[in-house]
Amino acid sequence: MTKETQRQSEAGVPVAFVRREDAPLLPPPPSQAGLVGWLYKNIFASMSDFGSIGAAVKSVLMAGLTVILLYFLATQFYGLLDFALFSAVWSDPDGVKREACWTVEQGGALPAGWHAACWPYIAAKAKFIFYGAYPEDQLWRVNFAYVVGAVMLVWVMIERLPYRKPVGLLLLTAYPVLATVLLTGGGFGLSATTVGIYTILGLAAITFGRLGKLGRITGPLADLAQIAGVAGWVLIFLAAILVLVGVDFNLPAVDTRDWGGLLITLVVAITGIVASLPLGIVLALGRRSEMPVARFLSTVFIEFWRGVPLITVLFMASVMLPLFMPEGVNFDMLLRALIGVTLFSAAYMAEVVRGGLQAIDKGQYEGADAVGLSYWQSMRLVILPQALTHVIPGIVNTFIGLFKDTALVSIVGIFDLLGAAQSTLADPAWSTPVQGITGYLVVGMLFFIFCFGMSRYSMYMERKLSRGHKR
Amino acid sequence: MAGKTRTVTTFFNDSQYRGILFQILLAVGLVLFGKWLMDNTLQNLANQGKSLGFDFLTSTAGFQIIPTLGTWLFDYEVGVSTYLDVYFIGIVNTFVVAILGIVAATVLGFTIGIMRLSDNLVFRGFATIYIELLRNIPLLLQLFFWYFAVLRAMPGKRDRIELIDGVIGLNITGLYLPAPMADADFIYSVFAVLVALGITLAVRRYAIKRQADTGQALPMFWIGLGIMTILPMIVFYASGSPLEWSLPEFKDTGPKLRQGYQDGAGMLLVPEMLSVWLALSLYTAAFIAEIVRAGILAVNRGQTEASYALGLRPNITLRLVIIPQAMRVIIPPLTSQYLNLTKNSSLAVAIAYPELVSVFAGTALNQVGKEIEMIFMMMMVYLTFSLLTAAFMNWFNSRVKLVER
Repeated sequence: MTKETQRQSEAGVPVAFVRREDAPLLPPPPSQAGLVGWLYKNIFASMSDFGSIGAAVKSVLMAGLTVILLYFLATQFYGLLDFALFSAVWSDPDGVKREACWTVEQGGALPAGWHAACWPYIAAKAKFIFYGAYPEDQLWRVNFAYVVGAVMLVWVMIERLPYRKPVGLLLLTAYPVLATVLLTGGGFGLSATTVGIYTILGLAAITFGRLGKLGRITGPLADLAQIAGVAGWVLIFLAAILVLVGVDFNLPAVDTRDWGGLLITLVVAITGIVASLPLGIVLALGRRSEMPVARFLSTVFIEFWRGVPLITVLFMASVMLPLFMPEGVNFDMLLRALIGVTLFSAAYMAEVVRGGLQAIDKGQYEGADAVGLSYWQSMRLVILPQALTHVIPGIVNTFIGLFKDTALVSIVGIFDLLGAAQSTLADPAWSTPVQGITGYLVVGMLFFIFCFGMSRYSMYMERKLSRGHKR
Repeated sequence: MAGKTRTVTTFFNDSQYRGILFQILLAVGLVLFGKWLMDNTLQNLANQGKSLGFDFLTSTAGFQIIPTLGTWLFDYEVGVSTYLDVYFIGIVNTFVVAILGIVAATVLGFTIGIMRLSDNLVFRGFATIYIELLRNIPLLLQLFFWYFAVLRAMPGKRDRIELIDGVIGLNITGLYLPAPMADADFIYSVFAVLVALGITLAVRRYAIKRQADTGQALPMFWIGLGIMTILPMIVFYASGSPLEWSLPEFKDTGPKLRQGYQDGAGMLLVPEMLSVWLALSLYTAAFIAEIVRAGILAVNRGQTEASYALGLRPNITLRLVIIPQAMRVIIPPLTSQYLNLTKNSSLAVAIAYPELVSVFAGTALNQVGKEIEMIFMMMMVYLTFSLLTAAFMNWFNSRVKLVER
């Protein structure tokens, strides 16, 4: 019996038509596919409902607003391009400086009503905006430090490259020392005795730690041996730093007062970033600690720094810090600002890290305890790796905030990127009505590139990490 | 001998004792560090021939402060007003710009945040560009831009741009607005507003009860609007319209020096304040927009569907289902943005808007030289405000927290 006859008999009536093959696939309706569909979905869907009076009014309003916004965006975008590229003055062949960017009314050659970027001004001030008053013939040191830092950073960020961990470790330890020596010129004087004492103490401590590990030391001293092992390496590291900054490499010294522009911005931001993370982790652990004194102190410290604006911190660092120090000890201005910025961002970092610590399942803590790990072991091996990966986006956001906040050091008289650009505006040789906007455009673009880049990287990390949590 | 070793071992291996030992060390270290700082400070102050103390607050301040709400409230006069007045003027000016900024940033931020979620690409694109641009450029740069590149580039003193003919005008000296001049009788209108508010609340209570009893809802919005407008208006006209507007007065004739906007007519917003306000609210709005977007996205889609399934209309769903749940996510970070805005108002020091940092820790500090006392007083203001906000947040969180099983 065929299928048709079966159906016929079941229903009792003859079936007139039965499809024997699949119906042809229809193309999607034009309102759903292609350019039209895309336009409909993304633009016209919100303004095509005329079902009732209210909906019609809303549709018309939406259409009007869309047109206005589109017009606004287009004119602004074109205005920016026109300002920065099409109408801009690109060169100053006659060396007339400000007159190259003057209109007829102001005594120049440009048509009346001209309003666009004056690039020769930026070209003339570029060295100051990027390096401040750093000696011209020593700029290679800054550039070399940039290149080394950038190569190491890219190396750490590209996941396919080998040795990422050691490179990252070098970036956080050796690189700051190298950069300090390069930028300041090093040669702070070397006391062989101090280095010798540090080295001997360090070696002794490491030996002690080793013995502890081998089980030669038992009883109450075993714990001490463990700490000594770590402390020994710190001492050796300190000795190495002392040697490096102490040796005279025959580089002329450059006072930090001569640093400026982008250099200062990067120095403040990177120091803040590198120093605030460990400090923030310690503070976060302190705030979650079971020891009341440690918890209280961490909480007070964090809430204090988070409760006041960075400007007041910088004022405090520049005005009050010298009063706190013993007579004769005099920090230079940059170091004071660095201390202020670091303490300030450490408090914010601590709160981010605390968020990560709180997000870790209690079972992880209990598991670590059950395996018999000590507090520091369980933090180092179990809790912190998970907590920190969890809050990478938050950490990067803090970095972005810190990077933007470096602009504030210009208020206490350090010429960072913004401060340097602002100070060039006072130069009468380039005084034109477009000078300010041109300068701000360049500084704004530079800040935007750095901050936007960091935020994209954090979003990429977030996506990459969240994949692991999906079920 | 053996017994003694065991006791020491036990002591060191007991994490509780070890913790106590560590804490004692920490506390002692901190006290010693504090004492060291204190000794250094006293020594340094003695060397400079200074002493600690707050006597300077009663001496008179000898510098000009540009006219703002603070100087108006405290009748600031050079050589008469004290440093304590300067302190209060700074606080008032800080909070004026912070409150104005918070209002503007909230309105703009919510608008942009909702636009960011729109189906319309133009809206979404605009919001995205706005957010990415504004929050990746330092606030200080934006402040400089508004002050130096925009408001300082306005027409000169004897010229103007009229935004509304004869009512609102702008030039390099600031924005001129009409100023309300109230008679003594105006107080009745203020009372009328309060009474109307009371009546509206009473009617609302009745409406809620009625809806619970009978299922019939009153058009509460229209009733409230009616009471709130009609009652004060009746009182206002009955008491003889006791409010006049003082319009800004512009002269372009007469002696050259007298041309331009005249003192004493209308209300002047100085460009310093305008640029701080603009920069703070535009910058913070970008962050608020992201918070609003995240808050709305955090409400599960099932909530909307369930609400539709119950037969609630879209705008009711939005009002009764989505917004209350989104607000729970939005409010904590929103408060911290308000706090940031208030703290960021200290950037106004860069363009000499006379807020707390600028006028007290800047100008006054340079004159008096009491670094420790003045910076302490300044920090206390911000710290108090931060802690009060934090206390409010804790209270709010405990109120709206989901009851977890």
